[in-house]
Amino acid sequence: MSEHEKNTTEKSAVSTKTMDFVVALMFLALGGVVMWDSSRLGSKWGSDGPEAGYFPFYIGLFLCVAAAVNAARAYLGRDLKAASFVSTTALKMVFSVLLPTIFYVLLIDGVGPIPGLGIYVPSVLFIAAFMRWLGRYKWLMAAVVSVGVVVVFFLMFEIWFKVPLPKGPLEAALGLN
Amino acid sequence: MEEINSLMHGFSIALTPYNMGLMFVGVTLGVLIGVLPGLGGANGVAILLPLTFTMNPTSAIIMLSCIYWGALFGGAITSILFNIPGEPWSVATTFDGYPMAQRGRAGEALTAAFTSSFIGALVAVLVITFAAPTVAKFAIQFGPKEFFAVYLLTFCSFVGMTKAPPFKTITAMMFGFALAAVGLDTVTGQLRLTFGHMELLKGFDFLIAVIGLFGIGEILLTLEEGLAFKGTKSKINVRIVIETWKQLPKYWKTMIRSSVIGCWMGITPGGATPASFMGYGVAKSMSPNGKNFGNGEMEGVIAPEVAAHAAGTSALLPMLTLGIPGSPTAAVLLGGLLVWGLQPGPMLFVEQKDFVWGLIASMYLGNIVGLIVVLTTVPLFAAILRVPFSIVAPVILVICAIGAYTVHSSMFDVWLMLVFGVIGYVFKKLDYPLAPLVLALVLGDRAEDAFRQAMLGSGGEMSTFFSNGLVGGITTLALAMLFWAPVRGLLDTFKPKADRS
Repeated sequence: MSEHEKNTTEKSAVSTKTMDFVVALMFLALGGVVMWDSSRLGSKWGSDGPEAGYFPFYIGLFLCVAAAVNAARAYLGRDLKAASFVSTTALKMVFSVLLPTIFYVLLIDGVGPIPGLGIYVPSVLFIAAFMRWLGRYKWLMAAVVSVGVVVVFFLMFEIWFKVPLPKGPLEAALGLN
Repeated sequence: MEEINSLMHGFSIALTPYNMGLMFVGVTLGVLIGVLPGLGGANGVAILLPLTFTMNPTSAIIMLSCIYWGALFGGAITSILFNIPGEPWSVATTFDGYPMAQRGRAGEALTAAFTSSFIGALVAVLVITFAAPTVAKFAIQFGPKEFFAVYLLTFCSFVGMTKAPPFKTITAMMFGFALAAVGLDTVTGQLRLTFGHMELLKGFDFLIAVIGLFGIGEILLTLEEGLAFKGTKSKINVRIVIETWKQLPKYWKTMIRSSVIGCWMGITPGGATPASFMGYGVAKSMSPNGKNFGNGEMEGVIAPEVAAHAAGTSALLPMLTLGIPGSPTAAVLLGGLLVWGLQPGPMLFVEQKDFVWGLIASMYLGNIVGLIVVLTTVPLFAAILRVPFSIVAPVILVICAIGAYTVHSSMFDVWLMLVFGVIGYVFKKLDYPLAPLVLALVLGDRAEDAFRQAMLGSGGEMSTFFSNGLVGGITTLALAMLFWAPVRGLLDTFKPKADRS
């Protein structure tokens, strides 16, 4: 990972070349895992036909070969050297959405002993927060839009299509379960 | 003429008020999906699929396929008005569509795009109507080895035909196969690649992968490019539509060329996106107006739209007749068939006549409905695009989360969707194609079953794939497609080096 720091262009968070190489290595490792697990199950011809790992073993093998070529190409390729995979500003933007989204799913699901809040309440919070901080809307506007959207979803899923979604303490308190 | 009778029977099924209503709903939803970033044909259909679990299969597929047609139409709206392709297959439409709109000819460009889409689809549906029963009749004699050879051809043509680097295509595909192998092996009852995690017992559902890869991944990419949509205004009225229609017949040569390209690319799994580029490229080099392409030439809108829609539609032919989808969206529809308890493949044409011909008839009707809907509602959808991204994006993320949850009512799937979202983002940026990954994930188990049965039949001899003319021919063709690509790829790798030294 030392190549990250050495990156010459200031604004680039990571070069395409580095990223390409790292991803190829990850696929190489994944291919190895697939081959290893397949040979554990038996990747040969058993008494009654092909064993469970027969087909996946070759999948893992092909994955390794293709990934090795990709890694070599990324390593040798010169044209990509200067190209940026993602600039720091773009990366910040991506994380400013990705992290709240992860937090949103955590709120739905709950963490360890803390129970989740169901899908509706976190959705209101998520949409409102997104509008407030990334869209710079007033709180009132954010509240109206987020509650409105989620009420429509509630009617659509719970009432019209009868597809139950996860619910939390608020829905229980309101008797909507 | 058997096809005509079957088709008429199909119309009698599709033309009920209920099914016609579903067509309007489907097309409208589809156009909406097509214009919104982060929602596309494949993940849009995947998200809505759980809502159809209780419907009868024919009505369900009519609605879902209409969502697909709607998405194919809708992609053009954003391309022309905003220079932002709503779908990957409408990238080529921006080349001449947006310049036309900038000169105040947006109405003409939109009319030309929609009408061309309709013509492309119509040609493809005609091909399906008359070719599909024959292909199915032929395929019904296929055994496991023939099926495996066809799967092989499908995947090898991906390697040979996509623009992505061939080894990246292979990597994406093998990754898909590896994900498909995870879970309980139904033949031996052993657990594969689960490493003791019970959540992985059932394996990865490709619907979750599709929602994450195309939905979350797309949102992340769009964010990078900034949040503002700057668009031109459009006016469509009857006069503009009629004026444009009068001009269209003179481009018949382009339409025929693009239809042929589209149908070919759709049936072999090239898909709509490469078809649209190829249609544009061929028109540019063969048309007398070729020099003007890129400056707002109507022919430059017609060519990619005809090809994309022909490809998108004809992608259903192999799905119906062989159970092999020609595009990610067709793959999702195939997943639907399995959920509704239908076995895709040639037997569909024998056992589920109502379903098959109802669907084919609905393709004619759905595209007529689609043309009417898009021509009349463009201002509405253009207004939706003016809703700021900071409202649209969180709503779409919530929709994706709900969609992923409803597939199996499992929170684990929502987490998986996020992981696939990040994978989709990285894949797109590094030129790894997503379509082969999705198709391998869908077809992995079936390809493996065919392979195992073929191997059992021959006692483990690979030569079984060359044991008769048919299977040998398909296998040879597949290998030719496969080996053409790496050779090309290696040449590309060493060329720049040679130039430097």
